[in-house]
Amino acid sequence: MSKRSLGGLAAAAMVVLSGRVLAAWEHNLPEPVSPATKEIFNLHMLTATIALVIMVIVTAIIVYALWKFRKSKGYEADQNFHKGWFGTWAWVLVPVVVLGIDMSVAGKASKVFDLVEDTSTPDMTLKVIGSQWKWTYEYMDEGIRLVSSLNRDRKTNDPLYLHDVDNPVVLPVNTRIRLLHTATDVLHAWWVPALAYKKDAIPGYINETWTIIEKEGTYRGQCAEICGGGHAFMPIVIKAVSKQKYAAWVKEKKLAAAAALAEASSGKVWTRDELFSKGEAIYKANCVACHQANGQGVPNVFPALAGSKVATGDIKVHLDTVIHGRPGTPMAAWGGQLNDLDIASVVTYERNAWGNDTGDAVQPGDVKAAR
Amino acid sequence: MSTEAIHDDHHDHKPSGIGRWLFSTNHKDIGTMYLIFALVMLFLGGASAMMLRAELWEPGLQIVDPDTYNNLLTNHALIMVFGAVMPAAAGMANWMLPMMIGAPDMALPRLNNLSFWLLPFAALMLILSFVVPHFGGGVPINTGWTLYPPLSLQAGIGMDFGIFTLHILGISSIMASINIVTTIVNMRAPGMTWFKLPLFAWAWLLTGLLLIMIMPVLAGGVTMLLFDRHFGTSFFDAAGGGDPVLFQHLFWFFGHPEVYVLLLPSIGILGMVVPTFSRKPLFAYKPLVYSMFFLTALGMVVWAHHQYTVGMSKEVTTYFMIGTILISIPVGYMLFSFIFTMWRGSMTFETPMLFAVAIVLMFSFAGVTGIMLAVVPADLQYHDTYFVVAHFHYALIPGALFGIYAGVFYWLPKWTGHMYDERLGKIFFWWTTIAFNLTFFVQHFVGLAGMPRRISDYSPVFTDFNQISSIGAFAFGASHFLFVWIIIKAVRGGKRAGDKPWDGAQVGNAGLEWALPSPPPFHSFTTPPVVK
Ligand code: HEC
Ligand SMILES: [Cu+2]
Repeated sequence: MSKRSLGGLAAAAMVVLSGRVLAAWEHNLPEPVSPATKEIFNLHMLTATIALVIMVIVTAIIVYALWKFRKSKGYEADQNFHKGWFGTWAWVLVPVVVLGIDMSVAGKASKVFDLVEDTSTPDMTLKVIGSQWKWTYEYMDEGIRLVSSLNRDRKTNDPLYLHDVDNPVVLPVNTRIRLLHTATDVLHAWWVPALAYKKDAIPGYINETWTIIEKEGTYRGQCAEICGGGHAFMPIVIKAVSKQKYAAWVKEKKLAAAAALAEASSGKVWTRDELFSKGEAIYKANCVACHQANGQGVPNVFPALAGSKVATGDIKVHLDTVIHGRPGTPMAAWGGQLNDLDIASVVTYERNAWGNDTGDAVQPGDVKAAR
Repeated sequence: MSTEAIHDDHHDHKPSGIGRWLFSTNHKDIGTMYLIFALVMLFLGGASAMMLRAELWEPGLQIVDPDTYNNLLTNHALIMVFGAVMPAAAGMANWMLPMMIGAPDMALPRLNNLSFWLLPFAALMLILSFVVPHFGGGVPINTGWTLYPPLSLQAGIGMDFGIFTLHILGISSIMASINIVTTIVNMRAPGMTWFKLPLFAWAWLLTGLLLIMIMPVLAGGVTMLLFDRHFGTSFFDAAGGGDPVLFQHLFWFFGHPEVYVLLLPSIGILGMVVPTFSRKPLFAYKPLVYSMFFLTALGMVVWAHHQYTVGMSKEVTTYFMIGTILISIPVGYMLFSFIFTMWRGSMTFETPMLFAVAIVLMFSFAGVTGIMLAVVPADLQYHDTYFVVAHFHYALIPGALFGIYAGVFYWLPKWTGHMYDERLGKIFFWWTTIAFNLTFFVQHFVGLAGMPRRISDYSPVFTDFNQISSIGAFAFGASHFLFVWIIIKAVRGGKRAGDKPWDGAQVGNAGLEWALPSPPPFHSFTTPPVVK
């Protein structure tokens, strides 16, 4: 056992004994910043306290019994104990006491549940879509779409390893936000403990939760429902900013989206190098989770694209695979998620990277024709 | 006592050679095979847990890739539940029930043989499911033991082997349950009335009934999965008009009562061990039996508390919450009965009793965290985190596994005719109990701090607690070599055990096993004893 772990043990014992918060030893739900998570936090502390009290009482009774009623101390068993008044009535007494505790917990719980399930009219709606292995956010009122996936540049000793993304979600504070949860492939669960409790993201379902973020800051979470090999690798980062800053961000995003759209439909003929460098970025954001940065995939699970028949063969088949996906496999249909230029560039990239030196340059027009 | 004389007096003949085991219809031999099978599986399931804990030692992927990690996770659960705990409990039922109730053997001896001999095939099938992905069989079973679609629809051929494993196991446990229920109902000795029945027999009666009710539902659910995978149906595929959540309901309709299937036999064992070493009858035997009925019934109708987050209506969710919280009544009552059996008793602390006391304490702890989890709004935070992992390991390791250990130490003298090494037994108890707590106690905290379950890699903010947990797990795993050694030692020799190795074994509603010599003759009671 290393020194660090021994120290760790001691610290854990201290945390348990004193309930003190040690920054490096996070051991409780994070400080809540929304009305529902605040109430849930209080409920959690209440039930945890009741649990602790019950355990103290039970332990005390058992320890006393172990100390008092032992043969080695010459204690003779009371063969008629179960026939006394306690023996006769315990079957009523014990359940009544337990029922009392139960009902007080349930009463408090259902009040909090009312708040959690409150579906008052929101100020804005954010649709959260889980996919293997990234989150897509649709700002329903603004028409903004954002794809957010793991920041792969962080090393394992970085405190933010697996807790950082390329595109954080930006949200305004003090705004009632409706969160709609769904998924495109398998189950996921979007969980940011400080401000958003869980509801599963299920293909074919839309689940609803809500939040009002009451404090600016960066909040982190991650996917909580097992979703395959990348389950540990789909973090969530929320940047909660003032309403003004949010409005500015929205404007900027819309302009950028309009510019990208104009570029994609400009009819311009792109050079291979332009497509290749655009494609590299798109590949990094969307495809590396499965096919890996080196194009080697994962044996038996995700095919290698380096040297693959599809990526070096007929362009039509390649385009068809990317646009329509492969139903029944994790390979999604990207046609709905990426525009013509994006697909043209990512396909160009795949056809020229990792020694796939086909020399092809696929144009947005080719993608349009293949859709 | 006439033990010595009877030991050397093998007037009942046993078949010899491999045939004795292959074609066995003898409840003791089949019981022994069940127990050995369970022990082997315990090590297999334990080995996969050790790999998981080794991978979780620090951030980054060091030992296995994520899909293999998930496959090991699935195997760990399936092996421990279906391979270790259930067969161990069935082995005890086989060994003990006929002797306890004064029967010559199980009611349906040939069925008994078949129920056991299906198990090695199930094990083989599960091992294949783990192997085929490495020979081009596609994605391994990466779903966890819950096998939720659509993820389970993506997996490769390993998943089909997994489904067949469950089919075989289901057939085996339904047949074993029918046998046990029939035996208890029909084979009791004259005078062994319902309310003289040892608690272990009651517990297995209810376990058997539960299994007969729930296993077909699991079998149906995974068969629908198989059809979705290969025959174009879409029971669970939203795109085809199906419903992924339907599978969760089917699974947990089986899965929640399954928890009681694992727990009840051990509760039954506690019902024998605690009075013995307290030297006084069970406190409130009858209400205890009734509360087991209540638990069984209630356990059948609270399944959806495993899926509070799927988006059920408020009314339905509230119903499941209230039902779940009410479970604390029968469970609390059982634990109280055990505590008050000890109260004003004359206790000694042999290994089975040490386990029993620890179980009452640690299982109470699982109970109170269970109430925390039952509370819906709070569960929306706890769900799918290590808090849940910690909770159910506190429920299942003390509640099921340690109960079985208590039973093994309690009955080893009867089975083998030798006392086990008490000193080693105590060392094993302390070693395994401390290691267990070290492993799982800290997981409550890391779960609350935000670590989801079933992840192969984690952020460094979770490292410290995970290292404590891994150290505990390795120590926990290692303690089991001592367990095996104690058993081997007792089988090979040791102090002779009398017919009644425990001086308190006759109090209250004891079983009739203590009326037989240690070890008992090949055929238990050839003429039924009469119970006064
Ligand atoms: C969630 C995992 C995943 C992601 C993300 C993903 N793919 Fe795939 N991809 C697969 C799988 C699995 C297959 C194999 C499908 C099959 O079995 O037919 C595949 C197959 C392919 C093939 C055919 C390879 C061959 O040799 O058959 C191409 C081309 C491809 N993907 C391109 C892409 C592109 C471009 C992206 C990003 C825009 C992408 N994939 C993102 C999982 C993924
Ligand atoms: Cu996910």
